Amino acid sequence: MLRIEGMSKSFGTLEVLKDVSLHVHKGEVVVIIGRSGSGKSTLLRCVNGLEPIDSGSIWFESRQVIRTPRDLRDLRKQVGFVFQNFNLFPHLTALQNVALGPRVVKRVPKREAESRAMEELSRVGLADKCDSYPANLSGGQQQRVAIARGLAMDPKLMLFDEVTSALDPELIGEVLKVMEDLANSGMTMLSVTHEMGFARHVADRVVFMHGGRIEEEGPPDQVFDHPESPNLRQFIGAIL
Amino acid sequence: MIRVFSHNDLLFMLRGAGMTLMLTAITAFGGLVFGFVLGLLKTFPHSKIANAIGALYTYVFRGTPLLLQIFIFYFGLPILGFDTSPLQSVSIALVAYSSAYIGEILRGSIQSIDKGQWEASASLAFTYWQQMRRVILPQAFKISIPPLVGFLVSIIKGTSLTSIVGYIELTKSGTIVLQATYQPFLVYAIVCLFYFALCYPLSLLGSRLERRFIPSA
Repeated sequence: MLRIEGMSKSFGTLEVLKDVSLHVHKGEVVVIIGRSGSGKSTLLRCVNGLEPIDSGSIWFESRQVIRTPRDLRDLRKQVGFVFQNFNLFPHLTALQNVALGPRVVKRVPKREAESRAMEELSRVGLADKCDSYPANLSGGQQQRVAIARGLAMDPKLMLFDEVTSALDPELIGEVLKVMEDLANSGMTMLSVTHEMGFARHVADRVVFMHGGRIEEEGPPDQVFDHPESPNLRQFIGAIL
Repeated sequence: MIRVFSHNDLLFMLRGAGMTLMLTAITAFGGLVFGFVLGLLKTFPHSKIANAIGALYTYVFRGTPLLLQIFIFYFGLPILGFDTSPLQSVSIALVAYSSAYIGEILRGSIQSIDKGQWEASASLAFTYWQQMRRVILPQAFKISIPPLVGFLVSIIKGTSLTSIVGYIELTKSGTIVLQATYQPFLVYAIVCLFYFALCYPLSLLGSRLERRFIPSA
C-alpha cells in the first residue's frame, strides 16, 4: 500500500533521513521506534508531504506520489495524520472539527457530515462531548477527537506521530485503546511511538530507526527479545 | 464681526460631526477591504513577489505622514486629470493610509496562528483558500479585533487632518464657528466632546465583539 524508496532528507547540513526504504502492506500495523532525533517523525511527515524530501520516492497504492499541490491533496484525502499536539481547530466544537474535512474537501452536505462525525466520535467514546470546544477537553479527549477527525475522511492509511507524547500518563491509556481498536478493525497504520507496550502487543512489525536510517525491522517478538544490532540492544536496554 | 455662540453654531458643528462620521465609515470600509487584500498578499505562501508588493505598499504608506498623503491626493489627483471632489480625494487618501495599517494588523494576526493549524488542515487535503477561510481567518479575525478597533478610533481622530485642505468635517466646522464667535474654549471643548461621543461607542463595541468571538466556556 505504501512504499518508500531511498528517501533522504536534510535540514540544512543536518541529514535526518538517509536512504530510507519502507513498505507498509494493507491492513498492517507498523510501529517505528527509536531515540529522539533518529528521524522517526520526519519520516512520517515526509510521507504526507508536510516536509519536502530531497531524494527518493514515495508510492501509494502502486502510484508514485508526485509532489504537486494537487497530487499531495489526492494523497492526503486517503491518508490520515494525527499529531503529537492534537492540532484541533479551537474555534470549532468537537463535532465540527470532525465534520469539517468531509464538508470542505469532499463536499458532503452538512447534516450527512455531522451524522458521520457523530459516528466517529462514538467510535472513540466521545459522543457526549460533541458540543465541547477543544479548550474544554482533556488532552486524551482532544487526541481522540483528532483521531476521529482523521477517520471521518475514510482514510486507507493512518499516520500517528507520537500521539501520546504530550499526554499526562493517566490519559495515555484511553488513546492507545482507541488505536488498538482501530488496528483490530483492520486499519492500515504507521505509527511513531515511545509506547513499547503498544508496539509489542499491537504492531505486526516494528521498525527501529537510528541516526536517520532503518537499522532493524521485524515482528515485535524478534525485535524486542532478540535484537541484532547493538544500537537496538542498547535502546531496548535503556527503556525496559 | 463677532457674534454670540448660538444653537445654529451647534447644529453646524453637529453636521460637521456627521461628515466626520461619514468619512470614518468610508475609511473603515475601504480600509478593511483593501487591508484584507493586503494582509493576504503579505502572507501568501506561494509568491515572494506578492509578499514584496504588500510590504512595499506598507512601507510607503506607513512611512509618510497622513497629512502629506492627504495633500498629495487632494492636490495631485486633479493635476493628473482626475475630476475628484474634495470628499473623494480625502477619502482615497484615508483609505490608502488605513489599508497599510489594517493590512499589517491582519498580517500579524494570520502569522500568529499556530503552524499546527496549517499542518492539520493541510493533512485533511485542504487547499490554501480552504485553509484560510475555514481555519486560519476565523481565528485571525478574532485576534485582530482589539487592534482593529484601536486603529479605527485613531482614524476617527485622524480624519481631522482633512480640515487642513478645507474639507468641512468636525474640526473644520469648529474652526469656522470659532472665527465668528471667538470662543475657543467653548468651541474646542464641544468639538472634543463630539469626537469622544464618536470614539467611545466604538471602543464599547470592540470589547463586546471580542467577548462574543471567544467560544463560550
